[in-house]
Amino acid sequence: MNKPLKWLGLALLVAGLLVLPFLFKNYRVFQFNLVLVYAVAVLGLNILTGFNGQISLGHGAFYAVGAYVAAILMDKVGMPYWATLPFAAVVCFVLGWLMGFPALRLGGHYLALATYAFALAIPQLLKYKKIEELTGGVQGIVLVKPDPPFTFRFLDQPFNADRWLYVFTLAVAALMFLLAYNLLSGRIGRALIAIRDHPIAATAMGINLPFYKSMAFGVSAAFTGLAGALGAICVAFVSPDSFTVFLSITFLVGVVVGGLASIPGAIFGAIFIQFVPNIADEISKSAPWAIYGAVLIGVMYLIPTGVMGMLKTLWMRLRPAPAAAPKA
Amino acid sequence: MDAFLHQIFSGLANGCIYGSVALALVMIYQSTHHINFAQGELATFSTFIAWALIERGWPYWGAFFATVGISFAMGVLVQRLILRPVEKAPILTNVIVFIGLLVIFNSVAGWIFDYTIKSFPSPFAQKGPLATAWFSAHEVGSALVMLCVLGALYAFFRFTPIGLAMRAAAQNPDSARLVGIRVSWMLAMGWGLASAIGAVAGMMVAPVVYLDPNMMGGILLYGFAAALLGGVDNPGGAVLGGFIVGVLENLLGAYVIGTELKLSVALVLIVGTLTLKPNGLFGKHVVTRV
Repeated sequence: MNKPLKWLGLALLVAGLLVLPFLFKNYRVFQFNLVLVYAVAVLGLNILTGFNGQISLGHGAFYAVGAYVAAILMDKVGMPYWATLPFAAVVCFVLGWLMGFPALRLGGHYLALATYAFALAIPQLLKYKKIEELTGGVQGIVLVKPDPPFTFRFLDQPFNADRWLYVFTLAVAALMFLLAYNLLSGRIGRALIAIRDHPIAATAMGINLPFYKSMAFGVSAAFTGLAGALGAICVAFVSPDSFTVFLSITFLVGVVVGGLASIPGAIFGAIFIQFVPNIADEISKSAPWAIYGAVLIGVMYLIPTGVMGMLKTLWMRLRPAPAAAPKA
Repeated sequence: MDAFLHQIFSGLANGCIYGSVALALVMIYQSTHHINFAQGELATFSTFIAWALIERGWPYWGAFFATVGISFAMGVLVQRLILRPVEKAPILTNVIVFIGLLVIFNSVAGWIFDYTIKSFPSPFAQKGPLATAWFSAHEVGSALVMLCVLGALYAFFRFTPIGLAMRAAAQNPDSARLVGIRVSWMLAMGWGLASAIGAVAGMMVAPVVYLDPNMMGGILLYGFAAALLGGVDNPGGAVLGGFIVGVLENLLGAYVIGTELKLSVALVLIVGTLTLKPNGLFGKHVVTRV
């Protein structure tokens, strides 16, 4: 593909994404916001699990911490909503980095286990009486949705709080994806993948294993924490019981469905975890989880590389035969 | 002093349950080197089966043994149908499949049996001969049941040909296959046994914590902590670990941090054990060859 065509495609995509919220009702727009939020969270988990091969079943906990950091800063300190994002990211980075240290000694199952315990314990920790002043205990914290800085009407729809948040989340998500792309497509990304595929060989090649692994944990937690903060702003409410261990499993479903070690896969994963439960909910309250479970196992059997892997394979098969390389 | 002793004893009774969950985990770990995240949900599902049978008017012990049998079959089936295809897949694949099983069993239990909290009968009469000043009848009874299970397991592995074959398959699958043991079926047997033990643990704990689809969440975590503390490849250690975790949890809950943070005790225990003494108190030191 030549360059101008690429830019044109990108411009069309951006325009389409910006028009999208005006084509739907408020509630749908809110769901799109959550898709973007989940995409960032799933991307965070994918950095760790997909690229670096460290299994985490506890990323819901980082999401919760990010959400609470944002909520407390807005509610108690009176900080503007956009300023809370870097704080959430930094707090979660430190937390993830600390978690990365025991993770250095734990491989595979044990790491999954330790992070699983973390995810199970976090709602209890958030409800803890001694910090109730801060966290609002069982009740959680109710926030106010930020008003848009200006208003106008487009396609007969007002530019209201949800639509403004959509634009805001979209911008942040785009930034995070760009960041992840730049981080992972270069030297650092190759180091992470080398560690995943063969830690001993990676060390032998001069990769600082403890440094990269704990940094991967930190960065991954920072992404997910930032997503948590965005989520708290979009939903305008945080409570301990919305961050159960099942949230962590949801993110894992997103990573697996979208495709392990695929950056754009996170978007497919996020769309899946946002919309499939909604559709399945109409069958039964437990149907979404039964479907999640079946999909997890099914994807592992049939398309272990996820949606992105499947698309790639299809493209390889269907694309026009590559032009013969010119002889040197 | 009385209260203190009471805490210790009820901790020991809880420890029995944790020990048995840990034992089920160790059984699967020994034969497959996988940690089964779906263990708790399997046990809950089995307990629901028992509950449904008792509701139908079955006598308690009839339902008990029927459930153990059904759970065994269920465990074998799960291994044959779902885990066998990924037996040799990377760890990540296995963990994801386990998590898939976890949510399936959890949601199916909720789907069939509803999310309302149900009471589950205890077979041990409140004022029966087992009740003492320190223990309730159910605590003594469930401890006895768990000890019976332990004894039966020990005898099974030590004195029966199938038990021997299972140990061989776990220790050295290739050699075991060469002497004619069907290794894959032995793994399925291990799953069946673990599922049956889980069912017993579930039925013993249900009268205390009440029955709902998320019943085993916390207990599974304590089971993990117990298994790791005792050494994840040592069945006896797992049971001992269960007792330690049970007493520790009760004492810390009563005197130090309060009951709200009990799950965090398990978290600290797990992370602490894994970082300070990864093989547990009684585990073997494992050396891997590059």
